[in-house]
Amino acid sequence: MKQKAYIYRSFERFWHWMQALSIFFLAATGFEIHGSFTFFGYQNAVKYHNVAAYTFIILIVFAIFWHFTTGEWKQYLPTTKHLKAQINFYLIGIFQNAPHPTKKTVLSKLNPLQKLTYLGLKILVIPTMVISGLLYMFYRYPQKGTIEGLNIGTIEVIALFHTAAAFLLMAFVIVHLYLITTGATITSNLKAMITGYEELEAHEAPENEDLKNEKNEVEV
Amino acid sequence: MKKIVIPLVLIGLVILSAISFLTSKNTEVTKLAVLKEQFDKKNVQHVDHTQFAELKKKFTSPQQVTEACIVCHNGRAQEIMQSNHWNWERAEYVKGRGIVYLGKRNAINNFCIGTEGNEMSCAKCHVGYGMSNSKTFNYNDESNIDCLVCHDNSETYAKAQEKGGAPDPNIDLTNIAQHVGKPKRTNCGVCHFFGGGGNNVKHGDLEKSMFEPAKSVDVHMGTDGMNLQCVDCHKTENHMISGKMYSLSSMNRNRALCEDCHTESPHDDAILNKHTLKVACQTCHIPIYAKVNATKIAWDWSTAGKLKDGKPYEEDDAEGNHTFLSIKGNFTWGKNLKPDYVWFNGTAGHYLLGDKVADTTKPLVLNPLYGSYNDVDSKIIPVKIHRAKQPFDPVNKILIQPKLYAEKVGEGALWKDFNWETASEVGMKDVNLPFSGKISFIKTEMYWPVNHMVSSKENTVKCSECHTRENSRLAGLNDFYMPARDFSPVIETAGKAVLLFSFLLVLAHGGFRIFSSRKMKKKG
Repeated sequence: MKQKAYIYRSFERFWHWMQALSIFFLAATGFEIHGSFTFFGYQNAVKYHNVAAYTFIILIVFAIFWHFTTGEWKQYLPTTKHLKAQINFYLIGIFQNAPHPTKKTVLSKLNPLQKLTYLGLKILVIPTMVISGLLYMFYRYPQKGTIEGLNIGTIEVIALFHTAAAFLLMAFVIVHLYLITTGATITSNLKAMITGYEELEAHEAPENEDLKNEKNEVEV
Repeated sequence: MKKIVIPLVLIGLVILSAISFLTSKNTEVTKLAVLKEQFDKKNVQHVDHTQFAELKKKFTSPQQVTEACIVCHNGRAQEIMQSNHWNWERAEYVKGRGIVYLGKRNAINNFCIGTEGNEMSCAKCHVGYGMSNSKTFNYNDESNIDCLVCHDNSETYAKAQEKGGAPDPNIDLTNIAQHVGKPKRTNCGVCHFFGGGGNNVKHGDLEKSMFEPAKSVDVHMGTDGMNLQCVDCHKTENHMISGKMYSLSSMNRNRALCEDCHTESPHDDAILNKHTLKVACQTCHIPIYAKVNATKIAWDWSTAGKLKDGKPYEEDDAEGNHTFLSIKGNFTWGKNLKPDYVWFNGTAGHYLLGDKVADTTKPLVLNPLYGSYNDVDSKIIPVKIHRAKQPFDPVNKILIQPKLYAEKVGEGALWKDFNWETASEVGMKDVNLPFSGKISFIKTEMYWPVNHMVSSKENTVKCSECHTRENSRLAGLNDFYMPARDFSPVIETAGKAVLLFSFLLVLAHGGFRIFSSRKMKKKG
């Protein structure tokens, strides 16, 4: 039996879409700065990239706060349970209309592969982007009479880390965009991230009190 | 309702702050406005020299004028006698050589090569009279100081050709003596625009169009703009003039820098200001030089001496520039040139008369400019590179200082006799250097920093002219990483491969899903 569940709360959706926007814009301006193509004009690309970077960082700060205060961070704890089944699903089951091996619930929205991927993004790729990006922004050339230890000879290493992480993030985006279509129906994942609601298999677990409250408020 | 309002408000805030960040205008009084106000003041002559009895007499020799000047301006002659304009040399520390006296007396260039033995002609640009030989010239005789070449404000003073620095005999010395003042562009330009034997031969950014330049030629000196004079930037105290050319200088001192007025952070944009640590102002603000008249970019001495029917001849290009002269050889000219770029820390080396040349397979750089990315004093500067083929003694392995100028045929001068052997023999004897009798021609280069013909800020070099994969202006400077120009081939290839792989994977997976769902529908 299916039942409509509120799985993505308003902040989460706002965060997701702002992040999506930021990443696309950062990629467009960033790869122009990298010399891959010309679109905004170099000076504009640099200017916009820096503004977007600050926006993105502010967003991340809010998101981190949200993850910890709501306990949502636990969603990303990696697990090997059903991991193999999930891989098998993407490799075989999906072509045979087999059901998803892991049940999506409000308390466990992510399948084991998603958990791993998002955890990787959150603790590896995004921090690499942000740290190398900040270093890039605040890089200053070695100068005379300053503390030797603060002088980084060249921006090259910083730039290479930033570029490598950018390629990984882009690869994630490509796969992520495709996997949207692998929900219960082709559009169910997308709809869920827009409206917050998704039809889920009925679940015995008691509903989260917070969610209940929010839902009630909204209905008022 | 709340569900929609909160995100909308948040998105609105982000957009508003982005807009305000991007459009913030600097409302402070800019440094530039302060400078404009400062340099807008007209130079007022405080003294009327026509009123002085001392200057009312009839002058019959230029030395009499100098003596009259010194009567009031006492002590000034000593200042001149300390200067390189007078001594044609100054003490310089040169890397690998120690302290040397360096100047027109002993350095070699790849234009007219050197002054030694040719003083009667070259001394037209000496601030003195009667220099027929730089070794025997009396540097202590103050009456031979040519005050007028720099201080004539009547614009009628002129030096004679080939008279060792003496003025043209037809000028009115009395009138000129009564109309003296602060040097103007004409005073400096009469020598500095014509160095090397013609207009714009040497510098490329200093030539006769700079007497009265348009703002489009030079944003500072433009007569339709701020109309600055040379000495406004080349600030002078006690006849010590700031700024010098590294054809004859070696040390990082007494430079006239843009930053002296504009500071090191003149831009509103922090990223542009960061560039000033490694990039000299001129690099972006002088996108092209030789904007009005062509400058000499190559000089081949090896064809000099060639005659037609036993007579010297010349060939000109469509614009009237000499492309061949029997006395000097072949020339190449260039106009509206993009500079070359080098790292420069303010120090330079020099080829001096008699230096052995070990390697003649690659061009000999007569004044190597030192610097590199890793050197904290270095900045990227624009330069004109002048290339030449000049006479060389392959046995003694030294550049030849030929005797070029003489008054008469038969004294061995190339410009009269058109014979390299005798010109080299006499020339090398003049400078007390050995000559084997053999002459070959080797390639040489000189680096001339480009500092003038500054464009308006709308016409500066665009970011993407350097920050680009293809044809970057800085393509030749490879000792540092520059965004957009540089990348790691490994990361680039791996990154693109990952993207392509992801894309193909998604396509294949998606395609197979469509295919299998159709098959199942058929079955079902």
